[in-house]
Amino acid sequence: MARSGGKNNVLPGFTPALGYTIFYLSLIVLIPLSALFFKTATLSWDGFVAAVTAPRVLASYRVTFGASLAAAVINAFFGVLVAWVLVRYRFTGKKLIDALVDLPFALPTAVAGITLASIYSQNGWLGRYLEPHGIKVAFTPLGIAVAMVFIGLPFVVRTVQPVLEELDQEIEEAASCLGANRWQTFRRVLLPTMLPAILTGFALAFARAVGEYGSIIFIAGNMPMVSEITPLLIITKLEQYDYAGATAIATVMLVVSFLMLLCINLLQKWSRRFAE
Amino acid sequence: MSIDIEGISKTFGGFTALDNVSLKVPSGELVALLGPSGSGKTSLLRIIAGLEAPDSGRILFDGEEATKRQVQERQVGFVFQHYALFRHMTVFDNIAFGLTVKPKKIRPGKQEIRDKVNKLLHLIQLENLADRYPAQLSGGQRQRVALARALAVEPQVLLLDEPFGALDAKVRLELRRWLRRLHDEIHVTSVFVTHDQEEALEVADRIVVMNNGRIEQQGTPSEVYDHPATPFVYDFLGNVNLFQGRVHEGTAQMGGLNLSSPENASAHDAPAVGYVRSHDIAIERQAGDPGAIKAEVRYLLSVGPLVRVDLLLPDGNRTIEVDLTREEAERLQLTIGEQVFARPRKMRVFVDDYQI
Repeated sequence: MARSGGKNNVLPGFTPALGYTIFYLSLIVLIPLSALFFKTATLSWDGFVAAVTAPRVLASYRVTFGASLAAAVINAFFGVLVAWVLVRYRFTGKKLIDALVDLPFALPTAVAGITLASIYSQNGWLGRYLEPHGIKVAFTPLGIAVAMVFIGLPFVVRTVQPVLEELDQEIEEAASCLGANRWQTFRRVLLPTMLPAILTGFALAFARAVGEYGSIIFIAGNMPMVSEITPLLIITKLEQYDYAGATAIATVMLVVSFLMLLCINLLQKWSRRFAE
Repeated sequence: MSIDIEGISKTFGGFTALDNVSLKVPSGELVALLGPSGSGKTSLLRIIAGLEAPDSGRILFDGEEATKRQVQERQVGFVFQHYALFRHMTVFDNIAFGLTVKPKKIRPGKQEIRDKVNKLLHLIQLENLADRYPAQLSGGQRQRVALARALAVEPQVLLLDEPFGALDAKVRLELRRWLRRLHDEIHVTSVFVTHDQEEALEVADRIVVMNNGRIEQQGTPSEVYDHPATPFVYDFLGNVNLFQGRVHEGTAQMGGLNLSSPENASAHDAPAVGYVRSHDIAIERQAGDPGAIKAEVRYLLSVGPLVRVDLLLPDGNRTIEVDLTREEAERLQLTIGEQVFARPRKMRVFVDDYQI
């Protein structure tokens, strides 16, 4: 039923729709990405390995993927909390907060980066209170994670929110009639139902964080080996006219991101095994 | 466990859902709360369960005050119209849920839970579907799982909110007979809400008819059906025809009919309405009997085992409905347009303070 463009299908236009989809995806996604691989292929294998395993490059992978993962985990947790509050409670200013959630989507990333950097810097609004406790945010890997949390928040909120809204109140009532307390109801009934959406949000936030550039370079400090992210490294290589080196690193990022997203998708499929 | 409901009132905003309702449900009985939507029956059920708090009044379980008890402590099994199964759990895990959330001290062991769930699966005849998810079951199967899940914790009271409302007609019929047999086996005090009079009449030991947040009448199914206490009950249970007229010192005059109406002996020339069920009207060709009205056959319709006849009264704008059995219809061989005589076999007259 899913395929077949034959005469028996009630939905018309299968063939042109599929044709357009493939054409569009090729134009927008596949062609640029394959160009990336072709450019990388101008390097010899040894040259490729040397370019992508240089110590400074390896350190940047750790920073980028580590901070992205941390940010996505934080976003998964607090995003669910925000979605929960927005769906479950009524309070004044709820519409306003709801709109605020989308701001990181709309704000130019550079603006976000500069703002975060000035707030968390040594004499910034927040930085000046954190500094005496020995917590340095701006110009450290922690700052990178903060920027990533900022830009990734909407993803989890916006994927979990509709699922929460659709949750039937009767499900919770059934659980409490059966003797489950609030925590058991949340843990055993609500959370598993939300899990696929949380994983989707997590994956999106993670992917966004891995690819983020604009907001991070302002707050990261960009110290090689410590707080330098891979996208910045790519830019640096480009500025040195090392195009093949830049695309080599980009290829690695692409492959790693793809594999991680694939894993998350498989995990998500498993978490949705009940929905036939 | 017996349930005593004492003077329960509940309002939602400006809407009075329950108005000083009192009711006793004896231990082990299967009671139906019957009424149209908005009559307060579901609110009453939810208050018994503890899902809703009453504005005033008390709920007693076995004579003990339970109004302030939490849902979790009430030991009620609740079955929802739309099943409310946990869709991420298998049938087995759904049924086991109530057992697995018990506090560690009183939680049964794994093997014990498995035995119990298997027993319940046997009871609902779904042993081979234990590993399915709710999405893979039919409506009737889902509702049986929901029932088994509610029974797993051995509730003191079983509450069912329109349990068969979302099912198709044949499954509904099967399932309510099954529920009746099940209740005869386990005898747990049960209250179920329905707007389907046939369902209530067939399943319940006792019927409580509700309207506008009050109890109109309660009694056994035959009491309620044969002796409706109020015009509302008459109207709600079964097809009914209305005759306008007057009643004076125990005699009613209804559109050309003279009837004795002993229950209205004290009425003095009061406007009254006569209620006759559609199967309590005989159709005859001769005007032999004084208690018959002349009418014209307007419409004939076969509905399963019955033949529905619409009769136009001589005043030209009112019709009455008559249900004939197939045999009667075949004996009479009615044709549309024919003049016949309709004779109510049984009419109940209420002084007119009620309008439909």
